[in-house]
Parts: sequence; structure tokens; C-alpha cells
Amino acid sequence: MNSIEVTNLSFSYTPEIDVLKGIHLKLDGETTAIVGQNGAGKSTFVKLLKGLLRPTEGEILLNGKNTKDYTVASLAKEIGLVFQNPNDQIFKNTVIGEVMFGPLNIGQDEQKAKEKSIEALEKVHLEKYLETNPYDLSLSERKLIAIASILSMDPNIVIFDEPTMGQDYAGKETLKEIIFELRNQGKLVLCILHDMDFAAEVFERTIVFNQGKVLIEGPSRDIFAQKEILEQAYLEQPYVAQIADELGLKGSYATDEDLLRALKEE
Amino acid sequence: MAIIKVENVKYKYPDTDKLVLNDMTFDVEQGEFIGLIGKNTAGKSTLCFALAGLVPHFFKGAYGGKVLVNGLEVRQHEIGEISPHVGLVFENPFSQMTGSKYTVYEEIAFGLENMGIDREIIVNRIEESLELLDITEIKDKNPFDLSGGQMQRVAIASVIALKPSILILDEPTSQLDPQGTEEVFKVIENLTKEGITIIMAEHKIDKMAGYTDRILLIHEGKLIDFDTPAKLFSREDLQDYGIIAPAVTRISQSLGIQNKENGLYPVTLKELSREMGDKR
Repeated sequence: MNSIEVTNLSFSYTPEIDVLKGIHLKLDGETTAIVGQNGAGKSTFVKLLKGLLRPTEGEILLNGKNTKDYTVASLAKEIGLVFQNPNDQIFKNTVIGEVMFGPLNIGQDEQKAKEKSIEALEKVHLEKYLETNPYDLSLSERKLIAIASILSMDPNIVIFDEPTMGQDYAGKETLKEIIFELRNQGKLVLCILHDMDFAAEVFERTIVFNQGKVLIEGPSRDIFAQKEILEQAYLEQPYVAQIADELGLKGSYATDEDLLRALKEE
Repeated sequence: MAIIKVENVKYKYPDTDKLVLNDMTFDVEQGEFIGLIGKNTAGKSTLCFALAGLVPHFFKGAYGGKVLVNGLEVRQHEIGEISPHVGLVFENPFSQMTGSKYTVYEEIAFGLENMGIDREIIVNRIEESLELLDITEIKDKNPFDLSGGQMQRVAIASVIALKPSILILDEPTSQLDPQGTEEVFKVIENLTKEGITIIMAEHKIDKMAGYTDRILLIHEGKLIDFDTPAKLFSREDLQDYGIIAPAVTRISQSLGIQNKENGLYPVTLKELSREMGDKR
């Protein structure tokens, strides 16, 4: 099973301001959502996991490998990160060129890289745009191309930074399928989210960041039932939980079905 | 009088065959908060561009019909003449930054300076906007050193500072945390009280249901419906247009909870609570 172990992790960009302070976490098989207000340190945290930033203090072990002892390039097979802004990630002038770039660089041969890339593009339903320039597509489509470029490398740990941004209902359903499939393949999936409904419905576990620290973590069901703590972290409950709360129902609710079942029993 | 008039607008981007806007007609009254919804590639961003004049002036392409904003026919006036009336916040805040300014403060000043406004008023407007969007703390930072969420707030502030009579926002809260999203919706709602007309494209249906006066649903370049949130979200065929109703409405539909007077489903927590209360 894939694992990430974080001990006493601290990080600062400038000496005066600590962005992350003393983080301890152990992640294994479960799909995990990372939530928290803007500026809480979520994106910094995942950049540290990926090895793009180096801890000021503390250690990160990816499947037992200490990120300090490896280059970013040598970790690339192990861990993939989809950036929040696809424009920071995409630089090739064809979709297929973009998606194949990663696999070719981690040593796949041309034919395998192409197969993997087309497969990845099929998953995000953009396989008809192989020769299109990514910048002729919409922002939400570029977001999906950025995802395909990571999937094509087939890393054991996959991190998404706000994948639901700008996605419509169909786009979110596509994402759900991808995340479930990765989980079934035994991959470790981490996802930064501002969409609480999506986090509660899709992820087994949730970590709440607040001002550079882990405020609380645990099974998503338990986390999203805690209205006060979520509000303290500038978040809110998923809508179904808000409805349950308004109607005076106790317990935790992540999906429409949960709530309907409870209401019908009443 | 309608502040926005759209009459039979058709539009195609250059070198393409598909009408992205296909015979759209609608009016918006001054001070209304209009939500614009539809699946991705339905034409939401293009419609935003057409109201701000970027379509056709910047993007070119084939154009038919008429758009009037504040009495100006968009096609007959240059972007420079339209922009004092219509402010546009882009979907990607990165695209909104000028790239020529080194601090958030100067970035917000840019539009005001270009409009030739007095220095004193500029300073006031900047401070007001910084405060409204809660970004005073980062006013001396370089816009490109900001997080996605912070940059999005700067993008909104830089347009609000111009006090346009019509404000168009293309997914302005996509990178904001839940409470940040709520704050932005409140700021925007307050602007309507000053008589500013709002058009906002957004996927956050549940928020739109609570804040907007009317919702414009578009699909493949066509206007499907333009009505109050309650009426629009009570439609049975939303899924055909790639839209899912707010959680409150979905739950109400499953339980058969309707407003007794008009038969519509609740769209906000308050409405649901009221209908449930009556039932219990």
C-alpha cells in the first residue's frame, strides 16, 4: 500500500512568516480531501510532498523515501501533482504533446507514452482534441488536460489542487470517476478542495488546514458534521448537512440519499 | 427602462462554423442581480464578452443582432467608450492583471488612472475596494506573488473600483474558500442596492439560488429560460442542459415539498424550513 508520512513539518518562504507549522500526518490507502481557507497553506503543503519545496524543518517520507534524499525528477514516477492553474503547467502546442511530455521524461518509450496519453485523454473525454493547441480550449478543458498529463505518467500517489474549479456538473462527474478508479487501482489520492459537497461525497478522509496547521482530521463523515470547527476554519458544511441542521436532524450527512433516508424514517 | 437590451444576437468566432450565440434576446432592468448558468461551452463567457464589447471588437468574427448597454449600441462604439459603463471580471484572474504594476495597490489604480479620474477620488476608491474585498493586508504585494484566491479578490476589486453601472463577473469565486465565496456574493448584492446591475456566470448553483433576482439558463448558444430561481430550478428538465438543481430543491422534489400557492419547489434553506414547518 502507498503511504505518506509527515513528521514535524514546518516551512516558510521568508524567515518572518511561517506558512506551515509542526505538521504530523500519516496517509495511506484512503482517498483524502484537504480543505481550508485561502492562504491556509494547502498548496504549499502539496508542493512540499511533491518535492518542489524543501521542508524548513521536519521530514516527509513517500513510500519510505525521504524527499530530502531525492531529486524532484526521481520522485516524479512516484508522485504526480496537478496544478491549480493549468496555465502554470501547460506549455506544449498540442494536447497530445503536452500529455506525452511526462511519460517520455520518466522513461516510457514513444509508443507506450502515446498509448498511455490517449488512455488518459479518454478518461477526461478530450481524446478528440489530440492535435489542438491547449490554449484554443476553454480554461475548464485545460484543467482536464493538466489532469490527463499526470494520469499518463501513472504515479502511485496522485494529488489534485482544486480540480473542481470551473467544472460543471458533467466535469465533476468525470472527476469522481477518475478518483474512484485511481483508488481501485490502489493509488493514494489527495485532493485540495473548496467544494465541500464534493469533498464530503467523494473522499473517505478529510484534513482541515487552518493558518498553517492541521486543525482536525478524520473520516469525512465526522469532519463535516462539525459545524463550529468548519466555521472556525472559514469553511461551511456541505449543503445536505446544512439542510439537516436547519431541519434539526442529528448525525452526519454527505449525500442526498443519506438525508432522504433520515427524513423518510422520521 | 432596461439597462441591457440584447436583440437577436448571433455570433461566431473567426475561423469557426458554430454559432456560439444563437439568436439570443433578453432585457435586464437596472439594479437586477442576474445569474448566468449553463454547462461548460454553453456560451456563458462569450455572452459576457458580448455585453462588455470584447465580442466583436476584440475577438472579431461574424456578428448579427444588437446589444445595448446603458443606451449604447455595443457594435457602434469602441471598447474604450463602453468600458466606463460596463466592468468585466475575467474567469481567470491571471488574465486580468496588467503585468505592468508591481503592487496590488497600483494594480487597482490602473483602470482609474486610465479613466483620468482625480487623484483624491482614486485613492478613496482604491481603499474602499481593498476593504470591501478584505485585501488591505496584501496591498503592497506583487500581484503575481499572490495565491489564486487572493488574485481573484484583486481582480474583482480592480473592477469594482471603477464603479461601472453594469458589472459582469465570469465565475468570480471559483478559487475562493466557502466563506470567501459568501463574502463576495454579499459584496455584489450590496452593489445592486447602489443601483449597479450585475450579471454573474457561476456554477455554484446553491449560492445563486439565494442571491440572484433572475437566472438566465443558456445551452449551446441559445437562451433556454430567464426567470426567478424558484421557477427556473423547479423545471423538470434541468439535467438535459447539464445543470443540477440546488440541494434544497433536489431534496424538496424527492419529498414532494412544494409551495402551496404557486406549486414551486423551495430553492433556499429558509424556504424549505418554512414549507417543512407548515407540514409538521
